[in-house]
Amino acid sequence: MPPLPEGRVLPVVTAPAEVLATPCVEVDPTDPAVGQLAADLLVTQRVSPGCVGLAANQVGVGWRVFSLDVSSHPKTRTTHGEYVLVNARVESSSRIEKSREGCMSVPDFTGDVKRASRLVVVGLLPVTGAEVRLETDAFEARALQHELDHLDGFVFLDRVAGAHAVFPRQTYL
Amino acid sequence: MTQSLAVTVLGHDRPGIIADVTGVLAELGGNLEDSSMTLLRGHFAWTLVVAVDAAPGDVAERLARLTAEGLVVSVLPVPDESQAAVAGALWVLSVHGADRPGIVSGLTGVLAAAGGNITDLTTRLGSGLYVLVAEVALPQGTDLDALGARIRAAAERLGVRATFAPADTDVL
Repeated sequence: MPPLPEGRVLPVVTAPAEVLATPCVEVDPTDPAVGQLAADLLVTQRVSPGCVGLAANQVGVGWRVFSLDVSSHPKTRTTHGEYVLVNARVESSSRIEKSREGCMSVPDFTGDVKRASRLVVVGLLPVTGAEVRLETDAFEARALQHELDHLDGFVFLDRVAGAHAVFPRQTYL
Repeated sequence: MTQSLAVTVLGHDRPGIIADVTGVLAELGGNLEDSSMTLLRGHFAWTLVVAVDAAPGDVAERLARLTAEGLVVSVLPVPDESQAAVAGALWVLSVHGADRPGIVSGLTGVLAAAGGNITDLTTRLGSGLYVLVAEVALPQGTDLDALGARIRAAAERLGVRATFAPADTDVL
């Protein structure tokens, strides 16, 4: 990750909020405001217990930017550490698996969601605009798809696998 | 003669309700078939079908101790059901949004008008967020584009978000 300005902890928006149901727009990764948002997302993610990723619209900003860091999660196999991607998209995906997800924007529930467990994502780094291609699997693949869903205006509740796939949240982690 | 009885048990939750109910049914020689139990806003809620050689009234009488402690128990005969009411493609309707009266009736009314038969349903109320997930069997020949449009229109009227997608078939 390129050096970022000092980040600020931002309040996280919860459903139902229109910004969570609205597709985000692509932005210029070299715009200083995007660099500031990247720093804010990372700082907000770090101070939020159990949070492995945050999409820009979860802090009320409708831009295609998200942060991720699954390195300390027990379900992680491959990890690319802590990073922010801008205008990211899925290049390829395969091997669908079902697993439990939670979300800071849906604090009362968890849900079982089927997602690809092998994933290739292409995106741009903030500040430099350098293109990166991430090939990953397991929990990082799931978290990436969860964040990309946010940017398309979807939360995990839109993807749950069936009527017995939504649960009251027991603990945060 | 063995018959199928539908038993419902509702009320204040405590450890041991299922053990108590199934203990009575076992003493009567009953064979527990399908059942579904959950907590609904903290209330114990169980529906089960049992095959038993006993009259509904006798079973209810044996379960009277539970009624005495405040649980609501009903025992009713039910006919055997071997065929699904609608055989067709299974779809999942997911709805979430700000809580308000009429979300479930508004959306399920659209499914019913299309001949869809809900085979499983969960609704949950969080802190201001209402969630509905229904699995629905659609008759063959259902106009999916038209149904999707009616679901979106109903969701918009209710100010909620609805997603309607085919249920994934489990591959074994």
